[in-house]
Amino acid sequence: MSENDAGETDQGSRENDPHRFERLPASEADREVEGRPTREAVLEWWADRFGIEPAVFEDHTFWEKGAGKVWAYAGEADDPTAVEALGMTFLRVRQEHWKPTTDAVQRFGRHATRNVIELDDAAARRFAAGEEQDLEWDGDWGYLIAAHEVAGRREPLGVGLYTYGSLQSMVPKGRQRDVSSP
Amino acid sequence: MDPLERYRPIVDDYEAFREACRRPLPAAVRVNTIKADPGTVADAFDREGVGYERPDWTDLVFVLDTGTPGNTWPSFHGWVHGQEEVSAIPPMVLDPQPGERVWDAAAAPGSKATQIAAAMDDRGTLVANDNDLGRLSGLRFNAERLGVTNAVVTNRDARNFSMKPFPFDEFDRALVDAPCSCEGTIRKNPDALDDWSEGYISSIAGIQKGILRRAVQATREGGVVVYSTCTFAPEENEAVLDHVLTEEDCRVVDPDLPDGLDHAPGVTEWDGETFDPSVERAARIYPHRNDTGGFFVAKLEVGP
Repeated sequence: MSENDAGETDQGSRENDPHRFERLPASEADREVEGRPTREAVLEWWADRFGIEPAVFEDHTFWEKGAGKVWAYAGEADDPTAVEALGMTFLRVRQEHWKPTTDAVQRFGRHATRNVIELDDAAARRFAAGEEQDLEWDGDWGYLIAAHEVAGRREPLGVGLYTYGSLQSMVPKGRQRDVSSP
Repeated sequence: MDPLERYRPIVDDYEAFREACRRPLPAAVRVNTIKADPGTVADAFDREGVGYERPDWTDLVFVLDTGTPGNTWPSFHGWVHGQEEVSAIPPMVLDPQPGERVWDAAAAPGSKATQIAAAMDDRGTLVANDNDLGRLSGLRFNAERLGVTNAVVTNRDARNFSMKPFPFDEFDRALVDAPCSCEGTIRKNPDALDDWSEGYISSIAGIQKGILRRAVQATREGGVVVYSTCTFAPEENEAVLDHVLTEEDCRVVDPDLPDGLDHAPGVTEWDGETFDPSVERAARIYPHRNDTGGFFVAKLEVGP
């Protein structure tokens, strides 16, 4: 479907074009593209899942490019269809459980108040290396923010998937590090 | 032939210069102020037992004792970015402000672009362009790792860069950290001069002139354009400035380098050619003067 068709179709029936940046609709009433989440829903998700207030994202616009890849951008854009990147990829949608990126969690995760699993030093090193490890956790299963204490403050490491007593590090290969012990 | 020999007439204390060029550079990192401040980074390195020295002229750079700075907590968290000390200079001279519109014309792999974003407090619009598609993934990776959200990445030839994707016609500031013959990186890459030739210098100089002209055209009157290279060749430095001074409305102004960073003035004569006297305001940074890589930086103000 070409972009020229967009105005003539019913709301919500246009398909996602994975090759261009398109802004998320503010709310359900504004949705023109099938399955595209609204800004409202994205803000609600961060608030519900991690307790990160919508105000944290008030300077960011949200865009979709790729199948279900949502980007957060703080700058100005008019017609960004032909650019390579717009801010950072920060959330994977169009799947049952939405998944934040490592980079988004490292950037915004300090504001989280729930579903944060705090790791001791040894566990944090294993997490940074991309390992899965058995850990006790009384809270929700699913995607958690893993954090540890560094330089006297709690700092998010990335996203972990918690199921059946084990935490799988979701840190992508390129960001995994063998952080050496002192 | 020995490429550096041609700089004997313009480099003060030439033997010390050659000696410094033979010494490898230690690993340096720059603090990413989007995520951390220098004091917190120092604290983290101290607790991790990583030794460091800090240059006099900036609190953003740590020169580390470790050969693997990537395997430290500050690096994993994107609090720091591996970046040569002199490479932190152009964004400081550019001095971008939060909320401005800024262009980095040759941005990959993103060390200076991410430093610009941090100086902007990740607010405003940073257009990070590079014409080399293969180098864009590194730029994007670094920007995301460091938590930059105000950057647009484009893949265009900077010489005829179009403003079409943006809701504005001009930038407030632009950085042209030009592709160059990289002579000044010899301490980091011992093979930097292996493919050196005068023919390459003359062809890359043509590209540098084209990019710098476009940057001046795309910047508003009163705005700032910074030109930098990591090379000593006047053909790629003062001669490029001289060309753009003739062709576009702009002037060379004092770059206001930080105290404690020793530098030599731009040269006004080279190889039988004479340049506009104002190119003297540019700064040549030599390896033997601050124990760094080699660098060239100039600040231009746009307008008649």
